[in-house]
Formats: sequence, C-alpha cells, structure tokens
Amino acid sequence: MNTRLLLGDEAIAQAGIDAGMSGIFAYPGTPSTEITEYVRSSAEAKKKGIAANWAANEKTAAEQALGMSYAGKRAMTSMKHVGLNVAADVFLNASITGANGGILFVVADDPSMHSSQNEQDSRVYGRFAMVPILEPSNQQEAYDMVHLGFDISEKFQVPVMLRITTRLAHSRAGVARKEQRAQNQFSLPEDLKQFILLPAIARKRYQKLLDNQDAFHELSETSPYNQYLPGEDRSIGIVACGLAYNYLMENYPGRKVPHPVVKISQYPLPKNHIEKLYDECERIIVLEEGYPVVEEVLKGFMNLGKEINGRLDGTLPRTGELNPNLVGAALGFPQEKLAAIPDLVTRRPPSLCKGCPHIDSFLGLNEAIAEYGKGRVFSDIGCYTLSALPPYESINTCVDMGASITMAKGAADAGMHPAVAVIGDSTFTHSGMTGLLDAINDQSNITVLILDNATTGMTGGQPSSAFGRIEEICRGLGVEEDHIRVIKPLRKQHEENTRILKEELAYEGVSVIIPRRECIVTLNKRMRLKFKDKNKST
Amino acid sequence: MKNDIILAGVGGQGILSIAAIIGYAAVNSGLYLKQAEVHGMSQRGGDVQSHLRLSSDQIASDLIPYGKADMILSVEPMESLRYLPYLGPEGWLITNTEPFINIPNYPPLEEIMQEIKKLPRHVALDAGSLAEEAGSKKAANVVILGAASLFLDIPYEGLEEAIRFLFGKKGDDLVELNLKALRTGRETAANKTVK
Repeated sequence: MNTRLLLGDEAIAQAGIDAGMSGIFAYPGTPSTEITEYVRSSAEAKKKGIAANWAANEKTAAEQALGMSYAGKRAMTSMKHVGLNVAADVFLNASITGANGGILFVVADDPSMHSSQNEQDSRVYGRFAMVPILEPSNQQEAYDMVHLGFDISEKFQVPVMLRITTRLAHSRAGVARKEQRAQNQFSLPEDLKQFILLPAIARKRYQKLLDNQDAFHELSETSPYNQYLPGEDRSIGIVACGLAYNYLMENYPGRKVPHPVVKISQYPLPKNHIEKLYDECERIIVLEEGYPVVEEVLKGFMNLGKEINGRLDGTLPRTGELNPNLVGAALGFPQEKLAAIPDLVTRRPPSLCKGCPHIDSFLGLNEAIAEYGKGRVFSDIGCYTLSALPPYESINTCVDMGASITMAKGAADAGMHPAVAVIGDSTFTHSGMTGLLDAINDQSNITVLILDNATTGMTGGQPSSAFGRIEEICRGLGVEEDHIRVIKPLRKQHEENTRILKEELAYEGVSVIIPRRECIVTLNKRMRLKFKDKNKST
Repeated sequence: MKNDIILAGVGGQGILSIAAIIGYAAVNSGLYLKQAEVHGMSQRGGDVQSHLRLSSDQIASDLIPYGKADMILSVEPMESLRYLPYLGPEGWLITNTEPFINIPNYPPLEEIMQEIKKLPRHVALDAGSLAEEAGSKKAANVVILGAASLFLDIPYEGLEEAIRFLFGKKGDDLVELNLKALRTGRETAANKTVK
C-alpha cells in the first residue's frame, strides 16, 4: 500500500492530484495555505499539467475554479474560514448555477483563533448555500472525501464544501492513496444558459437546488462516513461530528464506547441515524468543533422534548476548539488534577522578526504621528498587525482584509486628520485597491502606507500579486504623482523617512507612502539558495 | 506500545525537524503516528509546540490528553515548563538549558532551573554547547533528540537512518554532524540519568 505521512492539508492536495483535478485556485491563509503549496511543489501535479497559481484574493480564486468547472474540468478552491466571507458571493451563487466539472470549496476553520480574527464556522455557510458538506475526522478521510466530493459535485451538478479545522489541517498521519483518475476532457455545460443567473433562469436553478435536497439527505443517510454505532448504555446518546469523533474515542480505551454514537462527517444531517438515537436514548450530547450548529438544529427553537447537551448549555465550552479532556469532562469522566504551569512562565507572543522592514516603518510612523496623538492608525491583516504589541503599539484596528484604507477614509470623512492606513502589498492587491479608488474619488484626507516587502509574509512567503507594480497601480487609480513616495525602511534612513512621513501626514488629500524592503525571511531563504547554488557550481 | 511526546520550543528553533526524524523512524518501525503542528502566526518567534504520538495501535486524537504525555522534549528551558499539565506521572522532561530570550520579561534562568529540578524525572543539558562541539550550534535540536532517544521505544539505529535519509540531500557533512550531535546527546543524557 502506498502510504505517506501527510498533513490534513497535504492529504487533500494529494487527493486532488489523484482524483483528476485540473486546477486549484487560492489565496494563502492559515490554516489552508499548505493545500495549494503542496500542489505547487508536486512534481506529479506539474507532470499532469494541473494549474496551481495563487490568486489576488479568495473571490477571484473561487471564480476561476467555477470557470474551470464550467469548462467541464474538476477544480478546487481552498481558503481559510474568513476567506469564505470574501468568496461568499461566488459560493452562494455557485450553489444556484451549479457545476459542470466537479468543484470543491475546501474551507479551513480556525476554532480557538490560533491565527485568525474570529472562529466562524463554515458549516453555517454550507447550510446557507444548501450544498453537501463533508467534514473528515482524520487525514485518511480528508483524502478519501476529495474523490467523494468530486463524485457528488458531478452527479448533482452542485458545488461541494469540504470543511476542515486547524487541528486536522496541520496534523500529520499516514494516508493511503487511492486509484488515479484521469482529468476530465474539456466540455461545455449541456445547457448553455445554466450559468446565467438572470431572474427567470435563476428561479429555475434555485428550484433545482431545492429539489436536490432530498437526494442530498439520501446521500448522507447512506454515506459510509455517517455511522450509527450501537451501545448498551442508553442514558446518553452521542452525536460526534468531524474531529470530535476522535476526542470521543480517545476517552474509551479500545474504542469501546458503551453508549450509542452517531458519527457525522457528511451533511445535511443523516435523519435516520439521528432519529434512531433520539428515540433510544434518554438525552443527547452533541460534540462538534466550531459553532453549535448541529446542537441548534437538534434543539430547535421551541426546545421541546429530550435534553440536548453541548456548547449551548455549558456541557462544553461555548468557544474554542475541543480536546480529549473537554470531551471527557462532558461525558462525566472525572478529570485528574493537573500539574500547574509554574508562575514564572511568561507569555511569549509572536513578534516581528529581527531585521524585519516593518520595524523601521513603524518606528518612523510612531515618531511622525506623535504630535497628533494616539488612535489614528487603521491597520490590516498580515505580519504588520504584530505592531499592535509592545514595543511598537502603533496601530488601532485590524478587522478584515482591506479595511485599513476604507476605515481610514470613513474616519477622515468624519473629520479625523490625519487618518492613516497601514496595509501590506499583498493585502493591498487582495482588497485594498478598490477602497483606495473610493478615497480618491471622494478626495478624502488619508495617508496610506503600503508596506511593500515583496511577498505574502505571514503565510510563509508566497508571491505578491502586484510585485513591482504598486506605484503604477496607485498612479492608475488616480493618486497624484507627488504624493506617491517610496522610502526604504532602514534604521540609517530613519530621519529622512520620518520627515517624508510627516510631510504626507500634513498633506490634505490622498497620499501613498510605500516603504519598500524585502521580507527578511524570504531574503534569508533566497540568500541560502544562492549560496548553495554557488557552492554547487564551483 | 505508545509514546506520547510534547515537543516544545520557540518558532524557528527546529522542533519540526525533530518531529520529522522521529516520524520517519517510527513509520519505518511499523508504528502508527499522529503529529499536530503549529503553523502560522506563532511561528514568528512565539511559543510553539507539537503533539507527537506513536503507537502500535491506531491513534484516535491528534492531541495528547492532559496528564498523559510520556515525555516533554524542549529545545528551550522556560518552554519546557509551559506544557507541564500534559506530563504524565511517570513522564520525563528533557530540555535544553540554554534560554532563547526574545521577550523583555524573561524570568531568571536559575529560577527556571529550580522548577525543572523539582521534577523527579528530568534531563537538562546545554544542547547548544554540545552541538557546537559536534560541529554546529544549529544541531542543538538533534542533541535534545539524542537525549530523548534513551526513552523512545524506537531503535536508535532507526533515528540514525532517518537522519541519513532526511539530511542526505543536504550533503554528507551535515549527516555526519547530526549523527554526532545525536550520539553526544544520548551519551550525555545516559551519564546524567545513571547517577
């Protein structure tokens, strides 16, 4: 058997390669990044001609995937949970257009917010779009479900969501590969009007989606990934979704659970198994990673009938990811007293790397803005968000991709001056450009710092979509030439940089400052490779 | 057989390399393995940990339950203490004594060492210096792995083979250096534990 040690992310990527996927489209975001990275570095994928390029954002990525599906081929788009907010427009409408070639939306949620600004649960979106959702409980299922997802997508001409969470995305285990499938041939949709969501057609397509719901239920009820596991002790019935199933099993040596269990890895919820469980047992405990999605469904608004326990009634914590101990406690296992962490152990938050160009940008900005007082810097999402922490404490907001420029504009329109936006080069092309256009059109009083480190740093150094073209874009959008200032964030240029920052902060109108110096991590990596090549050639 | 191991350190210190070596050796010994890693923001100089589970039976959870780890393997002394709630009553703590100081309020090292010495089963060694003697300070993580090899249920030769495989592409010098670092770590730990 061909078994490899793969991260959950990598298992999904390898499965895509094996299941005849023709392309993957994505914007990097923890914990989803390694899916596309894996395909990009796979020699096999290259040989098969699988497209694997980073997109400007999750929406453009998902639309490319939908276009590939239109052309009859299998496509995957992967993103972190908040990335689906960006791609929500295409996701929800793609459920109406339906698919031609199979299309998978792989969404990696981040409960406990290890590397995110919220812990939203993508299953809510899946239900919203009324599409089948697959939620693997381990790396092997993650692999196998790609094949299944493409099958469902092509059979019912519907996008399918594959939902994972951080712990599966970034955990490694042995994964056995399945048979290789050929890619689809190019083919147009049978009905050339399928993808035209004019109201008259959209109503029909929507009806088709609704009509398919029974079939989706049937799929869930017969799915090998949804199981009813009998148990003698019916005082509790357990519903375990996705990864939570493992935490349940961890509590019972030899996996012998005395209670009936319904294991769920495919939605809509399998009615047959759950009804059986509800009828048999005195009360139900729902174990799920993320929001109490299943718990709410089972409980219902009126909360009539048997007791349903979970995150809503405090049986499990309302927030954060689960673990074996939390699940054990919920099931009534006494928890041993744990060794304490000695008091002297202090927090060690992440910080900007030594030599990071952002450090010099923020030291300059802090000095230049001091005369105006605190509270005027709108930031964005990337490594530079770490400037919120000591010793810099430079920024006042971090909300969603691109919000720095638009929030600064809104504040400027409210009379704040100066109002400063700080955004990275990659975030700028992701969602900042349109906001800058708004500011220019309204002649708002904002100063925008586009921190250009020539990469997407936080996620490990993926290429930045507008590498070398930031000034051109600003010029094209209409920023005045005199107010596009490129500076080099270096300690020795601190005085001059601060002076330029002060000038532009004082300016009334849109100004853009581009502190430009390569990310220290990608620079070091590049130098190491260069050194290695040099050694080879000599 | 099962080995539940918490790997601890600071982003960039190479705990995932330790995991890769053990992982390769474990799979070659026919064991099941699960290994939960930390990627993303914390890798920027924050505290990082990895849960590494080896077993002759299938493994359910990717995370080790509290109080069940057989070993905490840390490349940084303060970080070794952060995960004490995971350590089982018979578990070993194996740590580097050389601090990685990137925060202003790093506690006094003597106090950290006092806490470590309170544990009935611990091995503390200056992995940086030992690695330097072996040829490069960068191999400190492999010195720690060498020390831990005394308590792992996988053959020592398996770890050596993993190093040959994983570092092979990077040149023979690096393989030799890491094999030496592994040996040094093991011997130093053996001397410390037999007293």
